[in-house]
Amino acid sequence: MIEVEHLTKRYGPTLAVSDVSFNVQKGEVLGFLGPNGAGKTTTMRVITGFLPPTFGTVRVAGYDVTEEPLEAKRRTGYLPEAPPVYPDMTVDEYLAFVARIKGVPRREIKTRLDEVAEKCAVTDVRRRQIGKLSKGYRQRVGLAQALIHNPEVLVLDEPTAGLDPKQIIETRELIKGLAGQHTVILSTHILPEAAKTCQRVVVINAGKIVAVGTPGELTRRLQGYGTVLVTVEGPAAEIIERFQRVGGVNWVEPRDSSDGRVTLEVHSEKEKDVRAELARAVVESGWKLYELRTSGMSLEEIFLKLTTKDLSEEAAAGAQEAAN
Amino acid sequence: MRNVLTVAGKELRAYFHSPIAYLVMTVYAAICGFVFYSSTAFFVIQSFRTQAMGGMGMPPISLNENIIRPILAGVVTVVLLFLIPLITMRLYAEEKRSGTIELLLTSPLTDLEIILGKFLGSLVLFAILEALTFIYFVVLFLYGNPNPKPLIANALGLLLYGAALLALGMWISTFTKNQIIAGAVGLAAFLLLYLLDWVTAYSNSTAGQVMSYLALTTHFDNFSKGVIQLSDVVYYLSVVLLGIFLTARSMEALKGRP
Repeated sequence: MIEVEHLTKRYGPTLAVSDVSFNVQKGEVLGFLGPNGAGKTTTMRVITGFLPPTFGTVRVAGYDVTEEPLEAKRRTGYLPEAPPVYPDMTVDEYLAFVARIKGVPRREIKTRLDEVAEKCAVTDVRRRQIGKLSKGYRQRVGLAQALIHNPEVLVLDEPTAGLDPKQIIETRELIKGLAGQHTVILSTHILPEAAKTCQRVVVINAGKIVAVGTPGELTRRLQGYGTVLVTVEGPAAEIIERFQRVGGVNWVEPRDSSDGRVTLEVHSEKEKDVRAELARAVVESGWKLYELRTSGMSLEEIFLKLTTKDLSEEAAAGAQEAAN
Repeated sequence: MRNVLTVAGKELRAYFHSPIAYLVMTVYAAICGFVFYSSTAFFVIQSFRTQAMGGMGMPPISLNENIIRPILAGVVTVVLLFLIPLITMRLYAEEKRSGTIELLLTSPLTDLEIILGKFLGSLVLFAILEALTFIYFVVLFLYGNPNPKPLIANALGLLLYGAALLALGMWISTFTKNQIIAGAVGLAAFLLLYLLDWVTAYSNSTAGQVMSYLALTTHFDNFSKGVIQLSDVVYYLSVVLLGIFLTARSMEALKGRP
């Protein structure tokens, strides 16, 4: 649905995006993940036809955004980082204006307005001036604007930025609900968000793609070993010593200890599940087991790994492998 | 065309949703009212004198030549140099500041539709402003008998003059996110284009004539006399086209930058 090929964008001497290629399938929600200034917004602006690419092609629903911009734009809904609203207008006036410039037929405008207002939960403020609405409402009006012409493709630039936790959850649910009917590409620098809303994640740093995959795949690819967290009541030194003798365990690190309980981080070989063995060891030694769980590397850690310089090359190679 | 009208309607609504339209209209009506009252009062005194002298040694006076023309050529054209930047400064600057330019440029609209829509919206506000002037002239018809025919030329000339300023002001508004800068640069540019005519006072060279030709107000002279001359119409229309063309170029450049 969205095909980005060798996209490069320069602003004078600065290279904002360098040779980025990826595809988004119909109905998929793709997360665009990267630190601030990584080139996320630039890439999205090229996809929506706001900026021309310096090099490379972008096709939306089969239309090249530079060759047939109007056709591509007709099929794209876009929510920029700051919702593009006119503060003097009421919500209804604004949405009706957007509907008209997006080419919604005149007699359908009213029904579309009702639908998106309902979907984005702005029904109760439709007659209010946008300038007087809270940030959360303004963001949702922005989302309603992007949906008004029922576009095949939705491009959302940090859709949850500046919202409170409840609104963030609501917005995520809304975006998840859009998957299937719409193809969505959303950018974020908040990692759990990508994990929660996206089926696939593209990690970008300094204008280059450093990794592509599902959140799960990314976790697995980057973990060289498994980690298990164990909380046991008993003598710390003995426990560590006993755990190290369990087959497959590489090393054990104490993390925490309080009230006679110790929490240990047990690192094992990659494909080996050592939990059953650990449990047996605790029980056989007569200690008390309080907690035993695997600790996957969080997306935050992966993200940091990917976007830290020395590791990003390695990850890029990994991404290349995965793509081939 | 539908898109042009949609954008124009949005611009016009924005003027009336904000204080700008009311501010400009009030200032304009107040100045016109004052000038109209003054010139009418002066006209009355003059006509008494002419009558007392039996018309001897006095130039002939008429409502068109002694009230309408000085108001339009001498006052309104100058006042508009100050007021039109207030109308045009927001056209692009505000969209750039609030980020709504992204909405317009990612919608299925051509650049020309956006430009013409904005231009048309501001032109309608200007037409309303112009109508305010002509309300005063209607008063003259109630108490005197001015010649209505020159008024057609006056109205057309003023509309063309305003359109030329609007087109240039719109272009200037594409330069910046800051409305105040857009307004100030517009005002400076307009004043310069107005003052170009002063060259004729001391220079009769070709360069002087060219500069005088380029001056914005010189071409209004004939219109204020009630004469529609093709060269004047062509001048104003060329300025309008130039303004629209430059705005289009400027929008292209806008897309190259973040």
